[in-house]
Amino acid sequence: MELLSFLQTEVFPALFKGFKVSLLLIVPSAVLGLCVGIVVGTARVYGNRTLSALANAFVTLFRGVPLVVQLFFWYFGLPYVGIYLSPVAASILGFSLCSGAYHSEYIRGALLSIKTGQMLAAQALGFSKMQMIVSVILPQAMRRALPGCGNEIIYLIKYSSLAYMITCIEMTGEAKVLASHSFRYTEVFLAVGACYLLIVSVASWVLQRVEDRFRIPGFEHRKV
Amino acid sequence: MCGNIPQKVGKMILSAENIKKSYGGREILKGISLSIAKGELKVLIGPSGAGKSTLLQCLNFLVMPDEGDVWLEGKKVNHAKKRDLYAFRQQVGMIFQDFNLFDHLSALENVKIGLVRVRGMDKKAATERAMAELERVGLSNHADHYPAQLSGGQKQRVSIARALAMDPKVMLLDEPTSALDPELIGEVLAVVRDLVANGMTMIMATHQIGFSRAMADEIIFMENGLIVEQGPPLKILSNADCERTREFCSRVTDLYGEAERA
Amino acid sequence: MHESIATVISALPYMLEGALVTIVVVLGAMLFGLALGVPLAVGQVYGGRVLKRLIGFYVWFFRGVPLLVLLFLFYFGFCNLVGLNLSAFAVAIIVLGLISSAYQSQIFRGAILSLPAGQFNAARALGMSDSRTILSIILPQALRLSIPGWSNEYSIVLKDSAVTFALGVAEIMARTHFVASRTYQHLPLYLAAGLIYLALTYFGIKGLRILEQKVRIHGYVR
Ligand SMILES: Nc1ncnc2c1ncn2[C@@H]1O[C@H](COP(=O)(O)OP(=O)(O)OP(=O)(O)O)[C@@H](O)[C@H]1O
Ligand SMILES: [Mg+2]
Repeated sequence: MELLSFLQTEVFPALFKGFKVSLLLIVPSAVLGLCVGIVVGTARVYGNRTLSALANAFVTLFRGVPLVVQLFFWYFGLPYVGIYLSPVAASILGFSLCSGAYHSEYIRGALLSIKTGQMLAAQALGFSKMQMIVSVILPQAMRRALPGCGNEIIYLIKYSSLAYMITCIEMTGEAKVLASHSFRYTEVFLAVGACYLLIVSVASWVLQRVEDRFRIPGFEHRKV
Repeated sequence: MCGNIPQKVGKMILSAENIKKSYGGREILKGISLSIAKGELKVLIGPSGAGKSTLLQCLNFLVMPDEGDVWLEGKKVNHAKKRDLYAFRQQVGMIFQDFNLFDHLSALENVKIGLVRVRGMDKKAATERAMAELERVGLSNHADHYPAQLSGGQKQRVSIARALAMDPKVMLLDEPTSALDPELIGEVLAVVRDLVANGMTMIMATHQIGFSRAMADEIIFMENGLIVEQGPPLKILSNADCERTREFCSRVTDLYGEAERA
Repeated sequence: MHESIATVISALPYMLEGALVTIVVVLGAMLFGLALGVPLAVGQVYGGRVLKRLIGFYVWFFRGVPLLVLLFLFYFGFCNLVGLNLSAFAVAIIVLGLISSAYQSQIFRGAILSLPAGQFNAARALGMSDSRTILSIILPQALRLSIPGWSNEYSIVLKDSAVTFALGVAEIMARTHFVASRTYQHLPLYLAAGLIYLALTYFGIKGLRILEQKVRIHGYVR
């Protein structure tokens, strides 16, 4: 009973406050990350030598270095060259670039899976390279990349908790503050864990719906 | 059913009675009985989907029949008891259409693993025995090849060696040659012929009509989960009682008759 | 510029000691994850309905809750609750290992399911028991097929290990931050830390590639 009132009067208000901040991090990062992924993925496949080499280097770097290190770099490192970012801005920057690098992997794989015959057909119809990419290749590739990219967004939701480490008080941060004040670590962290589980489950459900919505008969995602 | 049911004679190695099996409400085997005496070769023929594979797999309980019993040398198999089931399967060799060699083991290890792991033989004796079996199927010089390095015919011969190493009392062969290129069929049939000559008891599903005519003691024609007719090869193939049997046999002879000449 | 290079060079031995800690944490977590992941995968493929449900819940839980939350939950929550006095280092290995076991179980499960059903049938036809078949036929093949997934998992656990800094584990990240907050040379120091992680990823994956070649089945392509 006492636990219930603790949850009701302290835990949920705090988590809700944190949730709004988390959302403020996740949504822009997901959108920006996807944009970064599309640009970088396309550059890797269709760019000229220099461009695709640059894009590849970007991906190696941002996939190979832990996200925490990247966040610290943006938040604590940039002031070194005179750029000061707020915790929220640094988090969004870090999340977008990192998840963009992962998105680009799926998009690259999807682009490569489109049969060359279709490109020949598009060229035979007089499409320019850009027109072909935008109206023939990408619509197919995005469908193929959807499961992978969706997964990446799920990861983003979970990893958004790392923003706390650069002093951005989002959901995990609120939980940590409340837990240290009330000394009720187990209850508070179980509650915040349950919240993440809920969000992640809802997100996967939505992504599955989206996948179903855009399904083309006989055009199944090829498993690797 | 047409023709007369052969009376049960002598001592049967393996018999099955009233085997039934359904998948999702559809009856695939509708009560099949058969028995085989020592040294006999019985050939199962029938159109695709007749239930030949299902029947063979029911005989050693790879597929659990819904009804029916199996006897080995007059003893009913108690398949509910794991120990009895495993012991029974050791005595019944099985050859699959797609070989099913263990991909992570060399030819020799494929033959050895049953001896070592199931029969508990020591490694040295098992190696000797396995080599002997590979020799018997003409593959002793391929002992350390892995499945991916063998041709289809060689794979099937290894799988026969693997079964033989367990000293089976009876062997079940499910279309052992149908996944093979025509020029490789002969080498596998030669091994089977050798087994017949050595008195191995076998039930084999196959479309190799010429081979069956020459080697089988009896041909069993199955369709829609039932035995339609059974009898000596010459009768079934050229003078069957049932219209359906005649129709099927003439079609298969046209299709496969020439390719084999085993 | 000059000053920052000097700082990095003088901090490098201290940071590399942290790399050692990182390696121990990662290896410990991966082995723990392997030891748990294999039985979980086998249970999820061959187990009964209830077992499958339970394992499904376990996997869902550890894949759905953020690492940082789990670290806090175990270190500040559970450990205090049951009066267990575990070091941050031990908790880091346990939590990373539990999460990894959930992911690894899915790698193994996929590998087991990708084996042709005939492998199981052929073993049963020889009279092998189900457990013997799984040990001698299924797992040797499935584990080999899992190595590419494993090297992926390695690079994830390696990167996740940086989060254990939040508990104060003295790994690369913690030491880098420690030096940086003293010298105010954040940018070059984090760059250096990033390079150390890249190197660890590179060599780890290289090592697993060699392992994959070593245990490769001749002529086997997939
Ligand atoms: N596991 C299963 N689940 C559902 N249906 C099955 C299963 N196994 C077999 N069947 C069905 O049972 C029928 C008989 O199959 P079976 O493989 O025994 O035929 P067959 O005589 O061996 O044919 P073929 O000559 O093509 O090998 C088929 O219609 C098949 O679709
Ligand atoms: Mg069949």
